[in-house]
Amino acid sequence: MYPSENLYSREHEWVRIEDDICVLGITEFAQHELGEVVFVELPEMGQAFDTGDEIGTIESVKAVAEVYTPLAGEIVEINEALVDDPELLNEDPHGDGWLVKMRFSSADDLKALMNAEQYEEYVKSGGE
Amino acid sequence: MNDANLLRTPLYACHQKAGARLVDFAGWEMPVQYSGVIDEHRAVRTAAGLFDVSHMGQIHVRGPQAEAYLQWLTPNDLGKLAEGRAHYSAFLTERGTYVDDLLVYRLGPAEFLIVVNASNADKDFAWAQARTAGFDVEIDNVSHRYALLALQGPRAIEILAPLTTTDLSAIKYYGFAHGQVDGARAILSRTGYTGEDGFELYVDPEEAPRLWDRLLEVGAPHGLIPAGLGARDTLRLEAAMALYGHEIDDQTTPLEANLMWAVKLDKGDFVGRDALVSAREGGIARRLVGFEVVGKGIARQGHAIVSGDDTVGVVTSGTYSPTFEKALGMAYVPLGSVEPGSPLELDIRGKRVAAVVVPLPFYRRPR
Repeated sequence: MYPSENLYSREHEWVRIEDDICVLGITEFAQHELGEVVFVELPEMGQAFDTGDEIGTIESVKAVAEVYTPLAGEIVEINEALVDDPELLNEDPHGDGWLVKMRFSSADDLKALMNAEQYEEYVKSGGE
Repeated sequence: MNDANLLRTPLYACHQKAGARLVDFAGWEMPVQYSGVIDEHRAVRTAAGLFDVSHMGQIHVRGPQAEAYLQWLTPNDLGKLAEGRAHYSAFLTERGTYVDDLLVYRLGPAEFLIVVNASNADKDFAWAQARTAGFDVEIDNVSHRYALLALQGPRAIEILAPLTTTDLSAIKYYGFAHGQVDGARAILSRTGYTGEDGFELYVDPEEAPRLWDRLLEVGAPHGLIPAGLGARDTLRLEAAMALYGHEIDDQTTPLEANLMWAVKLDKGDFVGRDALVSAREGGIARRLVGFEVVGKGIARQGHAIVSGDDTVGVVTSGTYSPTFEKALGMAYVPLGSVEPGSPLELDIRGKRVAAVVVPLPFYRRPR
């Protein structure tokens, strides 16, 4: 269920590294917990964030979730299709439901993340 | 979840089997959704949904002075409530604020059933019991005697009809009848909390799981699906029905909450009347309105209505509306901002977001 090319945070974000760019989204577990997503707020292009900063919010009918970036860096692309069509996040959280692309500043941040196998264990143990 | 202290309704196993997501609601482990809030909401608006609301509380009141007692304890006019009819009413404090809102059913000339919110059931019973002095009346907390199934939606009547000999079309809105559903004794009440036509069925707890399954089986070809508390909340919000702990509580009066249609100041004395009469004469400072979010985001309960640096009001309920596909809510605002079209400014987690006052209810069913 969790793509092996991704790395995962304890806050249920995933990142996929493509050279010096990382694609960031929230996991299958996170979208399921939230329920039907009806509103996604993403940062502006060019905005810079530190590790652990809030970069956006995702709202379902009943709940609000903040999204934190596990990597420091600068926003280089946002998923406009997702803003227009928030249910993409429920349908394909690890694919078309990605949130942003960032140029990350330090590969050190990656060390704190889990691989797919570790994340799956983490989710099985309750995910918190 | 799995909290040993949580109460469960007789339908708990049905919810588990249906794959419901269960949450703690007012001390009860209740289904918040099955297939999804939006899906369930739309089923109720276009076909039908089946809700378990067995967590609600019931109080039985009878005796020679049952009517006099309730006429004094509740603000609506019992004198106008015929046998076989229910009405919306409340327990009010001496300050005219809400202990709870409730339904009163007249079962007989001197016999009534009061249905209250689960979150207030113990408080309400204690409140009523503490005020029986001087009345020849007997009151019982009978919550455990009833399971309550709410079948709601435009197709509810055709789903229920084959399962009962009761003439459903003869039951008017807010009317009820004693009868049977699939052989089980039931009170069939044409009431609900969704803004749709439908029935609330008071049944024996032991019969409830069988009836739940049977209704879903018979209703499936009509589009009936089980619906959870998530959809119940979005449905009642679109219909602008008040919810205790949101629009009303022990700090709010029916004057502010637009609920004076259920308060009869001219019927004689009742608990809270004096306070409401003086509040009406003195004028109120705020009133409940509906609003639509114009900017980006979804308002939620507790978000502030702001003007410059000042907080001038508060959101009581807010959600994404599955029917209108936009963010709607209700809020207390100053009297200068109650007219439809009035601009409001919301503080959504530190961001200023524009909203506009719109008429209530947001949704009215086509007749």
